[in-house]
Amino acid sequence: MKILTKRNAIIASIIFAFSFPLIAQNDYYLHMLTLSFIWAIAVYGINLLSGYTGYLSLAHAGFFAIGAYSLGLLTVKAGLNFWLALVCACLITCVIGLLIGLIALRTKEHFFAIYTLCVGYIIYLVIDKWEGLTEGVRGLIGIPAPGNIGPITFDTAASQYYLVLTFLLAVILVVYRIVRSLTGRTYMAIRNSEDLAQTIGISTMKNKLTAFVLSTFFAGLAGALYASFIRFIGPDIGSTSIMFDLLMYLLVGGIGTLSGPLVGTLLLVILSQNLQFLQEYRMLIFGPLLTLIIIFYPRGIAGAVFDWQSKRKDKQLPNVRAEIHIKAEEG
Amino acid sequence: MNLLIETKNLTKRFGGLAAVNDVDFSIEKGRINAIIGPNGAGKSTFFNLISGFHRPTSGTVLFKGIDITKLPANEIAGLGISRTFQTTSLFDQSTVLDNVIVGHRLRTKSNLVDAILRTKRLKREEAACMDKAMEVLDIVGLTKSADRMVANISQEEKKRTAIALALATEPEIIFLDEPAAGINPDETEGLTELIKKLNRKGLTVCLIEHKMHMIMNLADHIMVLNYGEKIAEGTPKEISGNEAVIKAYLGGSASA
Repeated sequence: MKILTKRNAIIASIIFAFSFPLIAQNDYYLHMLTLSFIWAIAVYGINLLSGYTGYLSLAHAGFFAIGAYSLGLLTVKAGLNFWLALVCACLITCVIGLLIGLIALRTKEHFFAIYTLCVGYIIYLVIDKWEGLTEGVRGLIGIPAPGNIGPITFDTAASQYYLVLTFLLAVILVVYRIVRSLTGRTYMAIRNSEDLAQTIGISTMKNKLTAFVLSTFFAGLAGALYASFIRFIGPDIGSTSIMFDLLMYLLVGGIGTLSGPLVGTLLLVILSQNLQFLQEYRMLIFGPLLTLIIIFYPRGIAGAVFDWQSKRKDKQLPNVRAEIHIKAEEG
Repeated sequence: MNLLIETKNLTKRFGGLAAVNDVDFSIEKGRINAIIGPNGAGKSTFFNLISGFHRPTSGTVLFKGIDITKLPANEIAGLGISRTFQTTSLFDQSTVLDNVIVGHRLRTKSNLVDAILRTKRLKREEAACMDKAMEVLDIVGLTKSADRMVANISQEEKKRTAIALALATEPEIIFLDEPAAGINPDETEGLTELIKKLNRKGLTVCLIEHKMHMIMNLADHIMVLNYGEKIAEGTPKEISGNEAVIKAYLGGSASA
């Protein structure tokens, strides 16, 4: 019984993730997993804002594209070193995120969702039409793979897998620490009731803006990693259909939970790869799945597991101590 | 006289309707004040003006002689003015303790960087917030319910939780918007005791309430609003004998 603790499960998952390239049959699985880790980073960004702060953003595919194109343009056209370009790409995304956030966060709830949907679409259009800069529909070709760090090179599928995995783990750690801290509690207070949050002295605008910029940072980072991994990018990466894919990963995995983004992304990416033979009819499976999850498990798979666990605990121990609730707060 | 809050010619118009009209009111330190009046008299709007949720159309609000009329709600909270809402807006899917901890956030300084690096400052402040939460839960008598989900506690316990949250901000004055609405007579008694206890600890209280019995043996000073205007002010005894007040409530002459 003691072996099945959450801590051990996490350690086992990390060990499995690191040993996966050794047991994987071919590079295709590695490729697929690397790609889903990249998406997961973006979904963690969306989760921080939409899941924990309560602002559903539909612009994050746009920020993903900004990150990707920043890296692509800086390396291909400006000839910058990959790592420098990666840092710059994240910063550029954050600056644009800050400017958009200043305006977008003046709206609330569904107005915010609609506004950010429009912002996302405008970002897509700009990338698509500004041929002088982005090459438009032709896309950016020949983006270099991550540069060497000393003796470590990133030219094999396994090494890129490890690189992305490292970034993903770092992102999860950062999100975990934020969510468990006073800052995370502040975000959740805003999600719960903005009026109440303000009454207890929280500067809601400042906190919302920080969460927004941070979430665009993660989307930008994911985009930059994507660009260097796929080596080719087109305007479609900023399209609304990508946005709704990301949102679907988040909703299925569990919005406002720590493991949700990873669970949802892995599950749906793998599922959709395995259902390739169905082509567009895949949506016949995803549509009802999504609808059922939203109706019966509004906090997704991770939320459902958490609810089930806390119910069981309540039955076993009527007087559960505070620590358990605090530590088990998010699935 | 030691005035904590003063309003001067405070007016709020929504279109053609004057929800609060030219109200002068002052709250002395250490006393229990009450605002009463028929439904729609502008009581909650008056609270919203003081706590910074609405900007007044004209007039000023002073806190210890400083003009706070134009300050945003969160800065007003920082000065030591706290409030509860008529409808409790707690987070149901979380424990009582978790709901209250964030109340002390405004007295802490740790930011995103502290969170990511888990600095000493963050740990110290988290401990401080935890201590504060336990302290205020003890004051309102909810220590035993600290770990329960808010969704599973009674209406009265939710009211107490909301008061605990307001107390966690370390206020000098607390505004309670209908703290006894929707709870039974016994519980109302308990809540009255709690408010008296808070007052004995040195907290200035101002409350809106419809339960006259409660107000009359709780308040030191009462203001009566009707159609946004102050129609009377004084001790409970003065108010219960005031003709204008009786007329406002019963709609007829004083003998009715």
